[in-house]
Amino acid sequence: MDVSTGDIDAPHSMGTTIIGVTYNGGVVLGADSRTSTGMYVANRASDKITKLTDNVYLCRSGSAADSQIVSDYVRYFLHQHTIQLGQPSTVKVAANLVRLLSYNNKNMLQTGLIIGGWDKYEGGKIYGIPLGGTILEQPFAIGGSGSSYLYGFFDQAWKEGMTQEEAEQLVVKAVSLAIARDGASGGVVRTVTINSEGVTRKFYPCDKLPLWHEELEPQNSLLDILSAGIPDPMVS
Amino acid sequence: MSSIGTGYDLSVTTFSPDGRVFQIEYAAKAVDNSGTVVGIKCKDGIVLGVEKLITSKMMLPGSNRRIHAVHRHSGMAVAGLAADGRQIVARAKSEATNYESVYGEPIPVKELAERVASYVHLCTLYWWLRPFGSGVILGGYDRDGPQLYMVEPSGVSYRYFGAAIGKGRQAAKT
Repeated sequence: MDVSTGDIDAPHSMGTTIIGVTYNGGVVLGADSRTSTGMYVANRASDKITKLTDNVYLCRSGSAADSQIVSDYVRYFLHQHTIQLGQPSTVKVAANLVRLLSYNNKNMLQTGLIIGGWDKYEGGKIYGIPLGGTILEQPFAIGGSGSSYLYGFFDQAWKEGMTQEEAEQLVVKAVSLAIARDGASGGVVRTVTINSEGVTRKFYPCDKLPLWHEELEPQNSLLDILSAGIPDPMVS
Repeated sequence: MSSIGTGYDLSVTTFSPDGRVFQIEYAAKAVDNSGTVVGIKCKDGIVLGVEKLITSKMMLPGSNRRIHAVHRHSGMAVAGLAADGRQIVARAKSEATNYESVYGEPIPVKELAERVASYVHLCTLYWWLRPFGSGVILGGYDRDGPQLYMVEPSGVSYRYFGAAIGKGRQAAKT
């Protein structure tokens, strides 16, 4: 049997579904957790929501290396900026720094990013920065390969001025829908909520996610059978 | 006016035995002997004023402006040597536009004052440069409201409710 090793050497890409949503009082960022190299899942529990400052986070999609390097640079610049300013940076400044890196290096980078955060002047804000380095301030943003399946969903489900609960439920539902349809998205759902009180990280493993059309509840799972202590597991 | 340096005042890179840099103090003298400049911070803005010195009746009114706009939200009034002041304003304008193109927001007044002060101070560190013979009152309005700063030839910068430099500063302060 000829085992192809081409996949293992392919650059790490995050197929991904990433979402950022504003609500009445802050923002909710959400993402799946699959990092793939070709058809192989290199990391099934990655954290695609990265901290830039205490009040600004970044959702990464596209090339894992490119998005990591951009976030490292911006974190460094923002750190210096915060020291000079004597107060936390605004979300707009963070987004602008990301945009400059994305735009000026557009020939070399392949990464779509969503910046979300809270500052005392503007409140909760979401900025989408897709591949070429455009910056767009939006009430909500979606990105990554899985986002193709969510445009219609958000057209119908999005509304202005949601509560924190509603926004989080919306994000979790959307990511799980995308995971169901997009092969390059999967794993668990991670969310980060940012508001005036601070930052909260949440984690939704597979059994906490809603099931969709034609997905089945696990039946006669070997794990359940084995843990029930049946001596001959192959007899049902 | 007889402050004797006795050899310790020949270069800006020389300290006197009692810890003074005379060249910087002489630069401050240039500012003290020039036309008065005042600045006041109010609840809803800044007011800057300069004493109009008419050196010749042939001069057109409106020329030799000593209040300059630095950016859409900030301005500067200059006292002392006019040409030195122009350099400081040019630098402030450049810092303001550069900040905005990197960070995407208008430069906070505190940051602008620090950059101008650093630049003025820079010119007191090298023997081949001379200190600026002008002091500046910088006013601006950013997210945190109106703010007023003064930068002296030594490079120090403080934030004020009201400031005055030049010949009539004592009178202005009372």
